[in-house]
Amino acid sequence: MTLQPNDRVAGVPESGIRKFFELAEERDDVISLGVGEPDFSTPWAARSAAIHSLEEGRTSYTSNRGMADLRELISDYSRRWDHDYDPDTEVLVTTGASEAVDLALRTFISPGDTVAVHQPNYISYQPGIEFAGGEPLGVPTRAADDFALTPEALRAAGAKEADLLVLCYPNNPTGAVMDASEVRAVADFCVDNDIDVIADEIYAALTYDGDHTSIASMPGMRERTIVINGFSKAYAMTGLRLGYALGPAAAIKSMNRVHQYTMLSAPTTAQFAAIEALRSCEDAVTEMTAEYNRRRRFVLSRFEEMGLDCFTSRGAFYAFPECGGDDEAFAEELLEDQGVAVVPGSVFGESGEGHLRVSYATGMRELKIAMNRLEDFYRSR
Amino acid sequence: MDTKRELLSLLSTDARESTEDIARQLGVDAERVEELLDELEAEGTVRGYQAVVDWDNTDDQHVAAFVELNVELDRETGYEEIAERIARFSEVESLRLVSGDYDFAIEVTGDSMQDVSKFISNQIAPIPEITQTVTHFIMETYKEAGIDFGDRDGDDRLSVSP
Repeated sequence: MTLQPNDRVAGVPESGIRKFFELAEERDDVISLGVGEPDFSTPWAARSAAIHSLEEGRTSYTSNRGMADLRELISDYSRRWDHDYDPDTEVLVTTGASEAVDLALRTFISPGDTVAVHQPNYISYQPGIEFAGGEPLGVPTRAADDFALTPEALRAAGAKEADLLVLCYPNNPTGAVMDASEVRAVADFCVDNDIDVIADEIYAALTYDGDHTSIASMPGMRERTIVINGFSKAYAMTGLRLGYALGPAAAIKSMNRVHQYTMLSAPTTAQFAAIEALRSCEDAVTEMTAEYNRRRRFVLSRFEEMGLDCFTSRGAFYAFPECGGDDEAFAEELLEDQGVAVVPGSVFGESGEGHLRVSYATGMRELKIAMNRLEDFYRSR
Repeated sequence: MDTKRELLSLLSTDARESTEDIARQLGVDAERVEELLDELEAEGTVRGYQAVVDWDNTDDQHVAAFVELNVELDRETGYEEIAERIARFSEVESLRLVSGDYDFAIEVTGDSMQDVSKFISNQIAPIPEITQTVTHFIMETYKEAGIDFGDRDGDDRLSVSP
């Protein structure tokens, strides 16, 4: 037999999200609350800068680490979360935050390493860990803790023995955030047990009624943390594929070794867009964030009115209500009966069972109709 | 952003939302929204609620023009007094004092170009303080009140994505 995938690849199952994508694609009257990206367009100033760079013929590779201006701007931007990274040695621009996650996993996982991942969580971490030869250790988080990661949960899952922790807050799929004291407790656990952290903070700018706290800003954490962020969510630039990693110089140098041989450099056009985004699109981000926040409050109060239990999610653009029982059947029937697409929580790990990921990256008009349909469905069930 | 400021920003995007839906989005109850609306109206912050109409999509004749006005002030007459006289005409949709080559920028509407021209020459130009008028008929509206009339973009995102 030719072209057989290796065991690592063959061992990773297809994502459960695929099935719902196909079901939703079958009909054209669906209101989708299943989308994991902004419904806004990239701010025009950023698009325009990208177009201009194309007109000027600026389409060659950039330095492996990304354009110097961009790294400088990223370094300044990230100060808002108490970061202090040297643009020349501690910033690496990547092809989406996804590449940064993959680089970090491949750079810091040695074969057989145990990598703790809290659950429910974004679907790419576990396969990424397995591709890199690590052994994922799921750490369940609970609705009772508002889906924040706690030292108790880490201990209960046996994460004391872990070499690495992948941390993602504000979280996809729950919309959970962690406040400073909660982050501090996890940081202390990592320092005490000598665990390095890959902190995927792609949703950091989308934190409502409070500020994001980065684990890298906690005592003893800077030297053991890779911070990952990007432009996809905050600047609505998903298709431009631009992210970055921040970390101690030696760690970034190691990641760059993989990056320079596999990616060479992040897309140049997207780097021009990102420079303009950081220079002049802060207001657009503020507006988008305010809009998400209004939708978040709307969705949460509609859940309350219809009697659907949901903790107060304060980040990203997801709510994670409890539908009870078989979440997959619930989501499937909701799609069939009412034409509303959501993603069943179990897709994001076992501890997501009995929940739904409801994305509010959808206009208010659709959101209102979808909530009415969901209410009809829920009450008749 | 405090609730009142946020209510303003919400209304300026869509003033037709129900009080209940506004309340849900602001995280307060409907009575509080009514209270704030009353306050905003009473203090003169919110002056009205209007639809943004693309008249080209109606069968009606609708003509609009921007008119530049130059005025001459004297001891007795200031901008305020002149503005007051111009604002009284129902044909005048907007009236602003601006910096630059002319003094007032007004928007005038009517059923035909003739209608608008007549109004300018018979009602506006004769005002003694007005020294010059320049009328610009609006040929096409691309964007108004923050709404892009050409924007017919559908949602081309994948319907379900991680």
